[in-house]
Amino acid sequence: MLPCYELVYETYGTLNADKSNAILICHALSGNHHVAGHYADDPKNAGWWDNMIGPGKPIDTNKFFVIGLNNLGGCHGSTGPSSIDPQTGKPYGASFPVVTVDDWVESQARLADLLGIDTFAAVVGGSLGGMQAMQWSLSFPERVRHVLVIAAAPHLSAENIAFNDVARNAILTDPDFHGGNFYGHGVVPTRGLRLARMLGHITYLSDDAMADKFGRSLRSGKLGYNYDIEFEIESYLRYQGDKFAAYFDANTYLLMTKALDYFDPARACDDNLDKAFAAARADYLVVSFTTDWRFSPERSREIVSALLHNRRNVSYAEITSTHGHDSFLMQHEHYHEVMRAYLDRIAKGVAA
Amino acid sequence: MSAHDSIELAAARPDFAAIAAWIPDGASVLDLGCGDGSLLRYLKETRNVRGYGVEISDENIVKCIRNGVNVIQGDLESGLSGFESNAFDYVLLSQTLQATRHTEALVQEMLRVGREGIVSFPNFGYWKNRLNVLFGNMPVSRELPYQWYDTPNVHLCTLHDFEDFCRDLRVEILGRHVMTGRSDVHLLPNLRGSTAVYRFKRRE
Repeated sequence: MLPCYELVYETYGTLNADKSNAILICHALSGNHHVAGHYADDPKNAGWWDNMIGPGKPIDTNKFFVIGLNNLGGCHGSTGPSSIDPQTGKPYGASFPVVTVDDWVESQARLADLLGIDTFAAVVGGSLGGMQAMQWSLSFPERVRHVLVIAAAPHLSAENIAFNDVARNAILTDPDFHGGNFYGHGVVPTRGLRLARMLGHITYLSDDAMADKFGRSLRSGKLGYNYDIEFEIESYLRYQGDKFAAYFDANTYLLMTKALDYFDPARACDDNLDKAFAAARADYLVVSFTTDWRFSPERSREIVSALLHNRRNVSYAEITSTHGHDSFLMQHEHYHEVMRAYLDRIAKGVAA
Repeated sequence: MSAHDSIELAAARPDFAAIAAWIPDGASVLDLGCGDGSLLRYLKETRNVRGYGVEISDENIVKCIRNGVNVIQGDLESGLSGFESNAFDYVLLSQTLQATRHTEALVQEMLRVGREGIVSFPNFGYWKNRLNVLFGNMPVSRELPYQWYDTPNVHLCTLHDFEDFCRDLRVEILGRHVMTGRSDVHLLPNLRGSTAVYRFKRRE
């Protein structure tokens, strides 16, 4: 149990008089509250979903009041394992509780209360963010009118959990991890974190996308017959791993992957997803990407099927894209058209 | 959609009005190959239906969303496995039957998912079509706007063909509406009708 917590958030656009135009953006594993735009003193640091959110963009901040937050347990300003525990004066580290998607939704609802938002026009998220969006419509059916579930799944498969576990093991077995209390030792489990990220990154791409981008290209043009970086893909993955390990908290990574593993709204309903969605009242847009093998279109169709069973309004788009799971973050004309069309519909409902 | 739009739509697609005439207020409807969602929108407007469309084309998915109707992207040819049995009052197939490859399986799927099926299709037995073939060319018309080499229509049929097909599949025809343009055709429909709409169910 946490005695108290802080959530860092950013807002874009203007909340209308009847507070009916608010959209909550839920982030995925490595995301944060900075969803769009850039800071005056840091023009290069664009929000992680800047191609989707902003004035005139599909999630149009001229029409909607958009909220991005850093989830509880995160490492971008909200209370997380690297925050100071007021009871000990030291970072929480291993004592930070495991949080679930339900907890996040609960804490996001408190943020909404604080902002005076009774009902969201929409809750939007991709991947782990899509799970939160779904959970919103189950935890607070009356507080969300539209749910946009992108590149998500009703629960992780065994294969998904396996990938997460390998990533966690990389961190847990790093000697610099110190059982989660590495902060006091002045070290960071960089090796574990970068391995975790490298593995994760492979699963977010597609075979085709990797072949297109890297193929078998060599950095130096010839084979060295040694264990140095030779192929471009090796170089890329290590670069991504290093970049990530430099800013992301290892405990947050563990916590986020656990939240993913635990998410399973059907579990409390005899593993029946139809029953799990019985309480839902929202309208849905479900989007998947053809080359996403981590959260494949089949998994999205399971969500659609449960929504159909419960006679919810739902539209489903299967986007042809080569970028695998990462597609949901990419600039893609048709994907953005689908989003724009649906959000325009929401905007009409807000105006009416 | 305003009432004015509905009237315009009905004028442009006379089969819409014929289909709507069979659908009671508040029914649940699945429209297969729903295109831009016009029919669903029309039925929502005039019959207050609870409807979903199935459509394969990316472009039409966006149009359906803009039309304010529910649309599920998918390929009819791979079946309706995403839909539960008896989930809908009516399953519609408007001007799509002739373009389906596994027509027989699809009609059976329609009657698994829905209580009744409604199809509309261009009547290949229409006299103008017959005349075209008689004079040596494949017909190209308002109902059949394609050239032989670019047509999606792989299973064109006449009224007689469709009725034989239903008999063989043990499908009971509940109603038939034959039209040419906006006019109903009662006399010699297989010769004089350019479009047919049928309503049917599984034979008990």
